[in-house]
Amino acid sequence: MKYAFTAKGESWDSEIDPRLGRTEFILIYDDKKNELSAYSNSEITQQAHGAGPLTVQKIIDLNPDILITGNGPGKNAAEVMSTSEIKIITGAGDMKIKEALEAYKSDKITG
Amino acid sequence: MKIAIASGKGGTGKTTLATSLSSHLSETQDVVLVDLDVEEPNSRLFIRGDQTHSQSICKQVPEWTGDCSLCGQCQEICNFNAVIKVGTQIMLFPELCHSCRACSELCPESALPLKPRKIGMLNQIQAGNLIFVESRLEIGEQQAVPLISQTKDYIDNHFDESYIIIYDSPPGTSCPVIEASKDADFVILVTEPTPFGLYDLKLAVEVMRKMKKDFGVVVNRDGLGNNDVLDYCDMETIPVLARISNDRRIAELYAAGELIFSTIPEFKEQLLLLERSLELSTVVDPV
Amino acid sequence: MKEIVVISGKGGTGKTSVMGSFSYLGKSDLVIADCDVDAADLHMLLGPDYQRSEDYYSGELAILDQDKCINCGACLSVCQFDGIQSENGTFRIEAMNCEGCGYCQRVCPTNAIQMETQKVGEWYTSSSKVGSTMVHAKLGVGAENSGRLVAQVKNEARRHAKKEGKEIILIDGSPGIGCAVNSALSGADYVVFVTEPSVSGIHDLKRVTELVKGFSIRSGCIINKCDLNSQMLDELITFMADAGIEHIASIPYDETFTAAMLEGKTLVEYDKGPASQVLIKSWEKIKQFAETEGCLK
Ligand code: SF4
Ligand code: SF4
Repeated sequence: MKYAFTAKGESWDSEIDPRLGRTEFILIYDDKKNELSAYSNSEITQQAHGAGPLTVQKIIDLNPDILITGNGPGKNAAEVMSTSEIKIITGAGDMKIKEALEAYKSDKITG
Repeated sequence: MKIAIASGKGGTGKTTLATSLSSHLSETQDVVLVDLDVEEPNSRLFIRGDQTHSQSICKQVPEWTGDCSLCGQCQEICNFNAVIKVGTQIMLFPELCHSCRACSELCPESALPLKPRKIGMLNQIQAGNLIFVESRLEIGEQQAVPLISQTKDYIDNHFDESYIIIYDSPPGTSCPVIEASKDADFVILVTEPTPFGLYDLKLAVEVMRKMKKDFGVVVNRDGLGNNDVLDYCDMETIPVLARISNDRRIAELYAAGELIFSTIPEFKEQLLLLERSLELSTVVDPV
Repeated sequence: MKEIVVISGKGGTGKTSVMGSFSYLGKSDLVIADCDVDAADLHMLLGPDYQRSEDYYSGELAILDQDKCINCGACLSVCQFDGIQSENGTFRIEAMNCEGCGYCQRVCPTNAIQMETQKVGEWYTSSSKVGSTMVHAKLGVGAENSGRLVAQVKNEARRHAKKEGKEIILIDGSPGIGCAVNSALSGADYVVFVTEPSVSGIHDLKRVTELVKGFSIRSGCIINKCDLNSQMLDELITFMADAGIEHIASIPYDETFTAAMLEGKTLVEYDKGPASQVLIKSWEKIKQFAETEGCLK
C-alpha cells in the first residue's frame, strides 16, 4: 500500500499540512518497502491561482493508493482527483504524520 | 463625456452620488448611468424603471475536443494554470482562464477551440429620461475585469458622444478600478473626512496619478470627522468639487433606496455645484 | 484552534471598527490576520510595529528589449489586452494593460520579450498595540488582489497562533465575492457578518451568504446602524432567519465609531457607551459559538 500525506515537513514527526493545494510537502510512504520519501511543493505554493489542481496532478503522478490530508480538496482539485482511483482521507489537520497514519489504520479518520 | 465615480474603499457614498448625479442631470440631458461595480452592483436598487434589454456576457474559453496527441504543450503555455494534463485527459478550469487564446491558437492539433462561457448578465433599464446599464458577475466567477471591459464595449457601441456617461466604479485600487476608469475623461473620488477616508483617498490618488487622469474629490459626510482630508487636497492641489454634509436623513433615505436630492435641498445644492465645476449643467447660473 | 472571519459584503458598514474592537477584547487569546489587503485599514486602529516585512511577488509583466525588436508586429497581432502599442513603427509594452499571459513572448521571432515577475506588495508580521501578533499586508496600486497573498497572511497567522499557543485567529476579510474572499473563508470555523439595514446592505449580504453556503461554515450577523430603517431591519432579520444566520447583536446609529477612529482607537477602548457594551457582549457570544459548537463541516 502506498500512502500520500500533505505535510509541513519531511519526516514522520512533521505535521500534516491541512491545505491540499498549498501544502509545503508531499510525503509518500510505501509500506512494502517501508520507505518514506518527501517531495517539496514550494513551486506550486508560489502560484497565484490554480494551486489545487496542480498539487493533485503531482500527487496522481506519484501514484499512491490513499491520500491523507486536512481540509480536503476544493472544487477544481476534486475534479482532478476524480480522474484517479486515489482514496482521500480528511480530518488529519492537527496531527503528526505518524499519528495520522495510526489514526487512519484504526479508523479514527475517514473520507 | 465620460465620468467615473470611484473611491479607495467601499461605503463612502459612491453609489449615492452616482445615482443622484445621473438622475438629476437626466432631467435636462441625455445620461447613461453604468454600474461597473459588478461584484456588488447596487445602483439598481435606487433606479425605478422598466427593463428594456438583457443579455448574457460571455468570455471565450478553450474547450478540449478530446482528440489530441497529449503533447502537454497547452499546460506549459498557460500562465494562469487554467489548463492541465492529467493522465490521458486535458482538464480546463474556465474561471482561471484569462482568455488570452494562446493555448487554443498554438495547439498543434487544434484540439482546444474557443467557446463562449457566461460570466455575467447585462441589464438595461429606462427610468424616465435616464438610461441605466448594469452588469452582474455570476457568483463563483473570480474575474471582474472581462465583464467590466465588455460592459464598456456595449456602452461604446450603443451610445455616442452626445450622451453623458457616468460609471459607478468598483471600490479599491486593484485591476477592476483601473479597468473601469481607464477611458474616463474625468474621475470623481468620493471620500469621508476620517482617518480611514484619508488613507484610502491617498491610495486612490496614487492610482489616478499613475493613470494620468484628471480627477477631483467629493467629500461625503462633511463635518463628521476632521479637516485632514481638506488639508491634504489643498496641499496636493486637488480640487474639492463638493462637500455633502453629514446628515442622518441622507443615510435614512439611502437605506430605503430613495434618491436624495428631491428631498434634501442642501444635497441638491452640492450636486449643482459639482455639475458646474464639471461644466455639465446646461442651466445658466442664476446668481 | 478556531478561525473567525469578519466580513461585510458591502463597504462602510463599520466592519473594521468592529474587527478592531474584537481584537482589543480578545487581546491575549488571539492572533490577528488582516486579509482585507486591498484596502487595509485595521492597522490605523491597532498600531502594528512592522517588525518583519517581506516582499510579495505576483503575476508577470512583459518587458521588451528594443535592441532585439525587428518591428515585425507579431506580438501586437496576438495580444488580447492592448498591452502592445505601436508608435511610428516601433513597439512598446503598456504595463497598465499587460495581463501577463506571455503569448507575445512565445510568438516573438527574436526573443525580444521576456516575462518578469512583479513585486506587487509587502506583507508584515507585527506586534500590535493590544499585545497580540498581527499579520497584515499592503498591496501596491493596480495589483491584483490574489488569493495567494490572503493565503500567505493566514498561513503566517496560523504559524504564530500555534507557536504562541493561541486558541483563536481573528481574520478581517475583504468585501466582494471574488477570489480574495474565497481565500479568506477557506478553512474558517465561523463567519461574522457586519451589515446594515439598507437596501444595499441586504442585497450584498444575500450575495455573500450564497458564497459562504458553499463552504458550509456557520455564521452570525451584527446589524450596525440598526435604527436606520425599520422596514429594512425586518426584512434583514427575516432573511437571516431563513438563511440560518444567527443574530448576534444590533447596534444603533452611533457617531462614537468615528470619534474613536479619529483618535486612532477601537470603540471599546475609547468609551464604555452603549455601542461598546453591545460589542463586549457580542464578542463573548462569538467566542462561545466558535469554542463550544465547533465547526460544522
Ligand atoms: S496542446 Fe493540443 S495536442 Fe497538445 S496536449 Fe494540449 S490539447 Fe492536446
Ligand atoms: S486561453 Fe490563455 S488563459 Fe485561457 S486556458 Fe488558454 S492559455 Fe490559459
